[in-house]
Amino acid sequence: MSLDVTAMLDAPFDVASWLLGLARGMAAGPMEQFEIVPIVPLTFGEGVDLSFTNASLWMLISFGTALLFFTWATRRAALVPGKAQGSAEVVYEFISKMVRDTMGEEGRRFFPFVFTLFIFVFLSNFLGLLPSLPGSPAAAHSFTPTSHIIVTFTLAVLSVGLVLVYGLYKHGFGFLKLFAPHGVPLWLLPLITPIEIISFLSRPISLAVRLFANMLAGHVVLKVFAGFVAVLLASGPLLMGIAILPLIGIVGVFILEFLVAFLQAFVFAILTCIYLQDALHPAH
Amino acid sequence: MRALLASGASSLFLFGAAFAAEPVPGEQEGGLPQLDASTYASQIFWLLLTFGALYFVLSRIFLPRLGGVIEERRNRIADDYDQAAEFKRQAEEAQAGYEKALADAKARAASIAAETRASIDAEIAEMEEENDARLDAKIHAAEARIAETAERARDAVFQAARETTREIVSSLTGEAPSEADVDDALTTAREDIHARAA
Repeated sequence: MSLDVTAMLDAPFDVASWLLGLARGMAAGPMEQFEIVPIVPLTFGEGVDLSFTNASLWMLISFGTALLFFTWATRRAALVPGKAQGSAEVVYEFISKMVRDTMGEEGRRFFPFVFTLFIFVFLSNFLGLLPSLPGSPAAAHSFTPTSHIIVTFTLAVLSVGLVLVYGLYKHGFGFLKLFAPHGVPLWLLPLITPIEIISFLSRPISLAVRLFANMLAGHVVLKVFAGFVAVLLASGPLLMGIAILPLIGIVGVFILEFLVAFLQAFVFAILTCIYLQDALHPAH
Repeated sequence: MRALLASGASSLFLFGAAFAAEPVPGEQEGGLPQLDASTYASQIFWLLLTFGALYFVLSRIFLPRLGGVIEERRNRIADDYDQAAEFKRQAEEAQAGYEKALADAKARAASIAAETRASIDAEIAEMEEENDARLDAKIHAAEARIAETAERARDAVFQAARETTREIVSSLTGEAPSEADVDDALTTAREDIHARAA
């Protein structure tokens, strides 16, 4: 954002120029919200940049929110749960059922991983929807870590990597049966096996891109609509009235994004479960 | 389902690839921040750090705590169900015992009533018999007395008839008939009367 905060604070408050400034800021580009802004620069050796950035901050906020919520929810661990504990138990049962339905009782060992995945992705998606304070510095703008392909890809690699590592650990070379499905005639194998291998390799990509693209698209649409509102408001009394239309659009898309935030976390978690099922039983 | 997801994912991938294929003029001007590889190390590092930390606290602290309390509740509910079933069984037992006692009492009452009725009936029958016997005895005595009285009366009448006959005969003939003749005549006359009456 190219807003000059100190100038705004000094100048007498003028709605028109404020809106104009806001409009300029927003119209500058719907991609600016994805900008990575270093907060605490940390560089190791040659070019290894581990700076604490706004992305790191919002990952930390997701972690902190989860920590606070679960601390609060389980502070008493009562037999008759309160509201917070009840909602935490709903999430627990939800993921627990998902794990059990896809993998059965053996899947129990993956439950903490799937649970963490769901919570982390959901909170990252969801907290990124918080509106930023107008005029605040870019580093303090709300940010969605899962709108970055590298983040979703890392998570996907974690999931598929776990499938690979656990599958090989548990079944050894038997895990390779995954690429030769049971009951396929021998002469078809040269065709099927490459397809299965490609399908397996595309899993982390599909997992990563699905989540990333959903978050990216949602935020871009929100920002574009918001830009319309600001531009229309700032362009004189004639067009001000029309600004209500993109505003309604924002409200609609925002509600949709709530759903998407949950849905994508759910999809990520359940696909991980389905892939982990392969690690448990490669000969499907 | 999986095939559908896969095809959707691949189209999304193409979409992503289209983004990637766009020329990136520079980091500051309009480039997609997601494709700025210089931020990747930091993002991966902090992601693994926060994700790992979240995994640690969830798997070590919160999930066991939540799972524990859910398990405990489930056990408690199962226990309560068991206990309720036990109480129900006990209540049914008590009910059965009560009903049995009630039936026994009823049966006993009925048998006592029947016994009492029988004994009373027997007593009544005995008393009736006794009464009948007493009455019979009285009737017999009365009948005997009546018979005796009738005999005496008959004798008295016979005596009177005998004397009257003797008087009449003696006054008619002037000589007193012997007692045996009078008796004979009277007996004949009486038999004659009896025969005629019959």
